[in-house]
Amino acid sequence: MTGPATIFDRPNRYIGQPTPRADAARLLAGRGRFVDDIQLPRMVHAAFHRSPHAHARIVSVDVTAARAASGVLGVWTGAEMAALVTPYVGVLTHMAGLRSAPQHPLAVDVARWQGEPLVMIVARSRAEAEDAAELVEVDYEELPPACDATTALAKDAAVIHADFGSNLAWERKVDVGDIDAAFAQPGVQIVEREFRFGRHTGVTLESRGTVCEFDPSEGCLTMHYSGQAPHMMQVILSRLMSLPEENVRVISNDVGGSFGIKIHTYGDELAAAVAARALGRPVKFVADRMESFLTDIHARDHVVKARMGVTASGTIVGIDMHDLTGIGPFSMYPRTSAIECNQVLNLTGAPYTMQHYRAHGQVVFQNKNLMCQYRAVGHPIAMAVADGLLEDAARVIGMDPVELRRRNLMADDSYPRSSTAGMKLDDLSHQAALKKLCEIMDYDGLRAEQARLREQGIFRGIGFVSMVEVTNPSPMFYGIGGAPIASQDGATVRLDAGGALHVSSSITEQGQGTNGILAQIAAGVFGVDIDRVKVTTGDTGTVPYGGGTWASRGAGIGGEAMLLAAQALKEQVLDVAAVMLQSEPGLLDIRGGAVVDAATGAERMGLADLARTVYYRGNELPSDLKPELIATRHYRVTDFPFVFTNGAMAAHVEVDPETGFVKVLHFWAVEDCGRVINPMLVDEQVRGGVVQGIGGALYEECLYSDDGQLLNATMADYMVPMAAEMPEITVAHIETPTKTSFLGAKGAGEAGTGGAPAAILNAVNDALQPMGATIWQMPMTPERILKVLGKV
Amino acid sequence: MKTKDISVIVNGEEVRASVPVRRNLVDFLRTDAGLTGSHVGCEHGVCGACTVEVNGATVRGCLMLAVQADGATVTTVEGFAASGRSAALAAAFTRRNALQCGFCTPGMLASALGYIDRGGTADRAAIREHISGNYCRCTGYQSIVEAICDVIEERTAP
Repeated sequence: MTGPATIFDRPNRYIGQPTPRADAARLLAGRGRFVDDIQLPRMVHAAFHRSPHAHARIVSVDVTAARAASGVLGVWTGAEMAALVTPYVGVLTHMAGLRSAPQHPLAVDVARWQGEPLVMIVARSRAEAEDAAELVEVDYEELPPACDATTALAKDAAVIHADFGSNLAWERKVDVGDIDAAFAQPGVQIVEREFRFGRHTGVTLESRGTVCEFDPSEGCLTMHYSGQAPHMMQVILSRLMSLPEENVRVISNDVGGSFGIKIHTYGDELAAAVAARALGRPVKFVADRMESFLTDIHARDHVVKARMGVTASGTIVGIDMHDLTGIGPFSMYPRTSAIECNQVLNLTGAPYTMQHYRAHGQVVFQNKNLMCQYRAVGHPIAMAVADGLLEDAARVIGMDPVELRRRNLMADDSYPRSSTAGMKLDDLSHQAALKKLCEIMDYDGLRAEQARLREQGIFRGIGFVSMVEVTNPSPMFYGIGGAPIASQDGATVRLDAGGALHVSSSITEQGQGTNGILAQIAAGVFGVDIDRVKVTTGDTGTVPYGGGTWASRGAGIGGEAMLLAAQALKEQVLDVAAVMLQSEPGLLDIRGGAVVDAATGAERMGLADLARTVYYRGNELPSDLKPELIATRHYRVTDFPFVFTNGAMAAHVEVDPETGFVKVLHFWAVEDCGRVINPMLVDEQVRGGVVQGIGGALYEECLYSDDGQLLNATMADYMVPMAAEMPEITVAHIETPTKTSFLGAKGAGEAGTGGAPAAILNAVNDALQPMGATIWQMPMTPERILKVLGKV
Repeated sequence: MKTKDISVIVNGEEVRASVPVRRNLVDFLRTDAGLTGSHVGCEHGVCGACTVEVNGATVRGCLMLAVQADGATVTTVEGFAASGRSAALAAAFTRRNALQCGFCTPGMLASALGYIDRGGTADRAAIREHISGNYCRCTGYQSIVEAICDVIEERTAP
């Protein structure tokens, strides 16, 4: 793509600089604006009676005592709520065959997971609402649950949606080349493993929540929303509550972590909006931590049986795999719960030049909380399967795992090309990333140390992953399938009378630094000091229409829109300046808040002078000059379904064979996310992502009993990574800008989470190798390590 | 609903309120005192988002009842900011990008101040140990450790 040539080498550029975020000051002073901080006049509070059973018929619901309880203003049963909300079904037309049953905000006839909301109470205070919720009497008839994904398709399994005849939600098969013939070739050795990936969840430190207000005089609903996609929520509320879209306003201020958790349709939040309309007063619902564990979408839950064939000289001939994913009793609306499995099939082995690939994915219903898109959707599974098998194969053929990668990774000069599964790839740098990784980690030195320590009975391991990440999705991701999710984003840049910029964008901020990079791009491209840029995001009432921040798309898509808008405004301002200065636009530039002579840099006119003339004294301008001093541009990816990034990561661990504990000693990540807008923010995205990946690999798991009871729904029992057990993480970059945009930025938010589990798995297995053991189940808890060591 | 009249010095100002006896300190600070900087993350003393200072001690705001704070002196993140006590930490957190969503940050600052003010050294392992009662889901902790080290090193520099 071509574009203005001076953006990246301007004297006052910000793109590429580690500029601190302006938002930080407010958050550090305790002046955040999170949903639960909102206090509105006459605001009331919602609490829920939730199913204690994984699967039960609701025989009767008695809310008499709850209605009469102190402070209670409204009670809604599932049937009462269903009459007010259009049911919703989590399917997309491009996911052929995907099925799910209609969902209601509150369960009506059958409860299908422990924690599913049944009755909503609204009272003057949350405490009174909870008191009343305890007075709800429900007569349940317990039904046999189908909890275990591996038996959900068995003939004798309880069928969760009787009309479907089975618990199969979706399946897909990929078959490229001839895997059976390839594996049967002489000299091809096969490694085969069964991988298990436990369920975990986002544990956003700020739990899900909403404050909804309804103004009956105008028929307008305002939702204060802790989430990532305000325009998507606007459409959903409009559709499900039968409100005109323009009468719904969704506002996201500060969001206390999201990671994909807060981008779905949750019955309790919808119910709060309905209550606000019914009562005509603001209703707040903020999930407590137990509600978060029981109802925030869970992630992963895969059992993968996979084989890799490799020749003695180290050519990977192909992968054959079966992925089974349990998604709970419904496919989540509107993004669906089949995307995770689809990504696994699309991405497994994507860095490698193998010729043959066969994959069968099955997505099944079960009586557990819903599973859906969480940070690095499908990536940790795809990477752990391919690179886990690769390092297993390296052990079998006696080749160093780095060397085996070198022989099979796509060459950096071989793009554009397709992956074996058919993904369009361009601008990747697997070989360079792996080379740089080995340099920064001193691979040879670590191997020597490992050998030395093994003689002393210390078991250290080194593990790698070479990975791709799906970023900057085009309309082919959701829009094509009928989801009300924008794939393009917009940006507006306005020059105010004082010479400052006010910019707004449809991408959102959940801590990544969205507002910071928008300011960097606008300031640098247009030519003002960054202190003179104010940013608005997260309000459907004021920002351009767009998708929000998810799927590592904010910088790449929203950032490009901002670049284009800032450039457009600059051109407009220079046209005005040229008239006022009796010059030519091409001879002028904007630098440091002033119109300057492009050749010498000499100031010709301050931006405030120009803007004040336009706004206040238009009489001084020629009558045919009609400047607006505002520009909006939108951008979407058109040439590719997604823009892939790549990375190479390595983990160094020590396994204690007596206790089974794994200590992560260090982690390295080399990431190619194209042009880096702010290296400090990108590094922190990578580090935070790596830590979530380590969490999934070693600690985090939603543990269910056989009858579908979540056993560890507290922060004390569910292991979130803490500072003391986390390693130092070294981050380095290769920059291969994407040619799909002028900015050249790809996404960076999910790489760490997508790659780290594979690297940790490989490092643990490397450490276990001298003891003749391997492990293929995450999280790799001490108990599971001791089990594979034969000690428990 | 049983209530009790209490008086608490919050950030140097007396706050009088009649509170339900079951209300915890952080809810009192957020609701009755209108100071929403202290956050509620887990309500069972694990995540550290509600960490404040009570009579000079670092305390979980969700594990103490408001009535137990009757007569006490409480300092929240807003107080640390207003008095300048957190200024060096805030500058270091900004410089290092030691916060992303910012939800854990007020509690993290309170814990870090507790460490620094009691003479904690710039020992990365010791700092990691000290802040292990404060969950951060965004940063990966490294930048937080670096920011705390920076402040200690600035203070001890000759």
